[in-house]
Amino acid sequence: MDFFAFVKPKNELETVPDSQQNVPFVPEEMWMKCPKCNTLLLTTDMEENLNVCTKCGHHFRMSAKQRIHLMADCDSFAEHDSELRSSNILDFPGYDKKLEKARQKANESVICGECLIGGVKAVLCVMEAGFMMGSMGTVTGEKITRAFEYATENRLPVVVCTVSGGARMQEGILSLMQMAKTSGAVKRHSDAGLLYITVLTDPTTGGVTASFAMEGDIILAEPNTLVAFAGPRVIEQTMRQKLPKDFQTSEFVLQKGFIDAVVSRDKLKATVIKLLKMHGYKEAAQ
Amino acid sequence: MTAYEKVMAARDAKKLTAVDYIAHMFGDSFIELHGDRRFSDDRAIVAGLCMLYDTPLTVIGIEKGRNTKERMERNFGQAQPEGYRKALRLMKQAEKFHRPVLCLVDTSGAYPGIGAEERGQGQAIAENLMEMMTLKTPILTILIGEGGSGGALALAVSDEVWMMENSVYSVISPEGCASILWKDSSKAPQAAEALKMTAQDLFDLGVVERIIRQPKAEDSAMFESLKLLISRTLEKNLSKPVDALTEQRYARFRKIGTAHLD
Ligand SMILES: [Zn+2]
Repeated sequence: MDFFAFVKPKNELETVPDSQQNVPFVPEEMWMKCPKCNTLLLTTDMEENLNVCTKCGHHFRMSAKQRIHLMADCDSFAEHDSELRSSNILDFPGYDKKLEKARQKANESVICGECLIGGVKAVLCVMEAGFMMGSMGTVTGEKITRAFEYATENRLPVVVCTVSGGARMQEGILSLMQMAKTSGAVKRHSDAGLLYITVLTDPTTGGVTASFAMEGDIILAEPNTLVAFAGPRVIEQTMRQKLPKDFQTSEFVLQKGFIDAVVSRDKLKATVIKLLKMHGYKEAAQ
Repeated sequence: MTAYEKVMAARDAKKLTAVDYIAHMFGDSFIELHGDRRFSDDRAIVAGLCMLYDTPLTVIGIEKGRNTKERMERNFGQAQPEGYRKALRLMKQAEKFHRPVLCLVDTSGAYPGIGAEERGQGQAIAENLMEMMTLKTPILTILIGEGGSGGALALAVSDEVWMMENSVYSVISPEGCASILWKDSSKAPQAAEALKMTAQDLFDLGVVERIIRQPKAEDSAMFESLKLLISRTLEKNLSKPVDALTEQRYARFRKIGTAHLD
């Protein structure tokens, strides 16, 4: 599976020649600054810490591949529908170029497939912020829909990790229709008595929030995740007033009653495994 | 008319609103029903029971208001979660009595406000999409003005969706699209073309089944023939086994925009 070409980058500091070891200057890409506590962090330390700030616990965004690595048991993930690619269906000006640029970072806005999670067979869909901010295009909706249909047919639970800036404007009404289509597929999976767990990650907004993100039997979110239908900028414009500080964070929507729990990244997989097992899903025979 | 002229026509303050459609087609038979039984009564949604000839019908419309006072009362046709929950409550009631549902959509979008977010705007819309897909009674939606994004779709997961000739339906307003993509909201006319949001565009894309011609002066003859068309469609769907009906509804949305895949 070429998918598992993803390997944690080696600690490049180890390869710095001796002669340069005492030079205080370290190439910029090896450091990142935590936007929350301003601490400078070594990227290698960060990766070891699941991209969570070692000082303040701020959760950095992860790529879909990193997140699959986090959620799925080692080497168990088999991708589905990897051949589906967004295209400029409406001939929207500039969209071809945008897609080309997006594909330098990732193939698509979502990766779907089946895997083992703590030995339990499940369908896993992970959205990709690197591809047009995880916006909902026709292919996004189609892949999610197929994943739910596959899970229904094979009586598997589904785990979806969301991240999305909202609609894919360049696909016009077809972007909107994905909300109906995916919701229909979730409903049929639900009516079949199967479990759907949503994991909301930063940011989850717009049409994804108003469809499959909010349709899980159990909705988990990472700390300090933006969870919104209308984003804060839109609301500020309409209300012409500053919003309360923690408005639309996962902690805020938890308090308002719209999600089940805020779970930190290091406990995410264990929590999902527990929930799967409590719903009668058993570890697959080796 | 250009696409943007259609947008302007769809937003025209003198245009007939949902309550006009209800009055023209169902007259005195309409009994308004209020409230979501959870938080409040959202006046941006007008809903109730009426008679479609001799068949009882649940009608649910998004109402923009016809003058300044009404528009304030109706929040300019921007519904909040309680509005979508009222709509769902009445759809479930219709399902219980196997009564058909007619939705009339006219909104620039769901209300983007602090309270609406606090009360789960996204969750309310998502629940409607899910529940409508398997609602065990016929649903028909007609876009009578603006069809703005998720706030419109929340009443449009139906067996058939029709558009009035001068209505529009889009994932985002052309102004919003132009300002986000091109940092220039004056390019809204180009965005309106590009978004393919007119009735004809949406018919060509297979997103709507029917375009209703609108004479210059919307007269009683137009409403009489529209009512007849609604009745025929709902009667046809009432006669189908409900499982076949919901299967067909799912298939309807399942195939939209998939022709270019594979
Ligand atoms: Zn930090």
